[in-house]
Amino acid sequence: MTTKTIISADRLSKSFGAVKALQDISFEVAEGEIFGFIGPDGAGKTTLFRIITTLMLPDEGKVTVLGLDCVKGFRELRKNIGYMPGRFSLYMDLTVEENLNFYATVFGTTVKENYDLIADIYSHIEPFRKRPAGKLSGGMKQKLALSCALIHKPALLVLDEPTTGVDAVSRAEFWEMLKKLRKHNITILVSTPYMDEAMQCDRVALIQEGKILSVDQPGKITAGFSRKLFSIKAPEKYQLITALREFPLVNTAYPFGDSVHVTFRDDVYDDSLIGFLEAKGVSGVIIAETRAGIEDRFLELMEKK
Amino acid sequence: MKRLLVFVKKEFLHIFRDFRTMVILFLIPGALILLFGFVVSTDLKNATVSFLDLSKDEMTQKLSDKICSSGFFKRGENLKSFQDIDPALRGNKIKAVIIFEKDFSAKLISEGKATVNIITDGSEPNMATMATNYISAIVADFNSELAGGGKAAALRVQPEVRMFYNPSLKSQHMFVPGVITLIMILICALMTSITITREKEFGTMEALLVSPLKPIQIILGKIVPYFILSLVDVIIILLLSRYVFDLPVKGSVVLLLAEAMLYILMSLSLGILISTVSKTMQQAIFISLVGMMLPTVLLSGFIYPIENMPKAYDWVSAIMPPRYFIIIIKNVMIKGTGFLYVWKETLILTLFTLGAIGLSMRKFNIRLQ
Repeated sequence: MTTKTIISADRLSKSFGAVKALQDISFEVAEGEIFGFIGPDGAGKTTLFRIITTLMLPDEGKVTVLGLDCVKGFRELRKNIGYMPGRFSLYMDLTVEENLNFYATVFGTTVKENYDLIADIYSHIEPFRKRPAGKLSGGMKQKLALSCALIHKPALLVLDEPTTGVDAVSRAEFWEMLKKLRKHNITILVSTPYMDEAMQCDRVALIQEGKILSVDQPGKITAGFSRKLFSIKAPEKYQLITALREFPLVNTAYPFGDSVHVTFRDDVYDDSLIGFLEAKGVSGVIIAETRAGIEDRFLELMEKK
Repeated sequence: MKRLLVFVKKEFLHIFRDFRTMVILFLIPGALILLFGFVVSTDLKNATVSFLDLSKDEMTQKLSDKICSSGFFKRGENLKSFQDIDPALRGNKIKAVIIFEKDFSAKLISEGKATVNIITDGSEPNMATMATNYISAIVADFNSELAGGGKAAALRVQPEVRMFYNPSLKSQHMFVPGVITLIMILICALMTSITITREKEFGTMEALLVSPLKPIQIILGKIVPYFILSLVDVIIILLLSRYVFDLPVKGSVVLLLAEAMLYILMSLSLGILISTVSKTMQQAIFISLVGMMLPTVLLSGFIYPIENMPKAYDWVSAIMPPRYFIIIIKNVMIKGTGFLYVWKETLILTLFTLGAIGLSMRKFNIRLQ
């Protein structure tokens, strides 16, 4: 199957004064993909998206989006990109309906024309169409912003941290909606600071301090985790971590939900650990081997750097 | 075109839904004009004066009648002795006490002079000086009447002063042009710069920039609503000054409105220019207030006459567009002159407008900084 390349970035760099926001970023996104950028705040995700959406110029390197150069072809490109910035870019004093109609007209279309595209999403908020956007909940704002970004049937949808500040149920719903958009052949570029959301993407790029650590399918990224991983639990989590990091045979110890993910030197688990922890005052310890997630791989890649 | 219309409609919705914007747009202009017209009025009108008449003859009766019929003063209670003066003034109801000495007319006839004492409340210096000046003027007038009616009709040249353009020295005449100038800068520059920076702050500018909207459409969409509303404001102010202060536009109303439109356009483009250099609303407000309103108040000739300024300030004021608009509006509104008398100022204002539009178009960023 030959697929079209929608985004092709080649050695992108961008600095703000002394801060290097992006360093030598290269990647490609194929048509119809949900491509995720995963990384902590300040990793450079927003800067990268702004360059792709023609809002910023790269210092070095070149991006081609939908066959157009981001710098020279920005006028043509702006007609075909749907962009949802991190702050939902809605007019809080306008109603749901007014926001949608405004964006539709600005992009030279009508709500009617592309209603089928947003029907799934918009139907959730349609009962509140007379309500000012500012009075909607976070999840509803997100759905409205997505409807506004989609209303002109863009070939590429760019979503900058769409799930930040939204409750867990809405987040899950949101990913379901994105997956349904695939049947309309819309390519989606999405960023998130939540590692668990990486599994929802077709491919992800791990990004940290302006550099891409790895690009692959989420399953392959976790498979790249090279060591044996143990999940260790104890009632006193903070003491547990401090004690673990003092144990000479421990390689890494990172908090993960209610447990601590630990790797050992040479991947050898030594029973003397329990005694060591008890001596440090940590009791009730449960140890089990576990499978690595995206976050573990992310941390491993960071360690290697 | 349809995009522009929907943008303009959106701007109108922002304006009409925001209480504070509505207050700034419609309440403040009216309030300012009434405030300057009534409260800050430097006119003397029906100030109460009391008389301590120690001779009570025909002459003192005539003179006090003359003072009280001038329209500037009205008669307060008559005092009986010197002891009454202090409490009367302290009571704050009267602005001045006029004392006629004993045997006023007898002295006037026999010695050719008699004394009137004027005592004013010095805690209100402006009022006090004005009252003294007005009363002195009336007394002088009274003197000349006496001389004219008297037998010693020696020919004397009487200087006659007449104030042109503002014969009754109404201070509103000076304030209406100033207030219009000030309000236009306030609404146009301040409000447009705020609405654009607000879009930047709320992130909606990002969405607008990614859209196929051209900068000119965004700028026009911001300008058109404020242009219309500012013009409505000018008309409200002119109506207020016509019907509340009895100050009609002496010259052509059409010319006045056309000049106002030019000035509004210039202020709006200044507002756009401000928004292109400021990232936040606070910055925009600061630049508008300090950079626009203060110079308008201080350097445009609105409060302090330019002729009285040191030369350096005069030069600074020469690059203040409001200065020229004030000249235009004073000419058209108060003197009633036509376009021929203000074409130079109009030309300068036009150049400012073109410059501001050109600069703001060039500086308007099609990308984020």
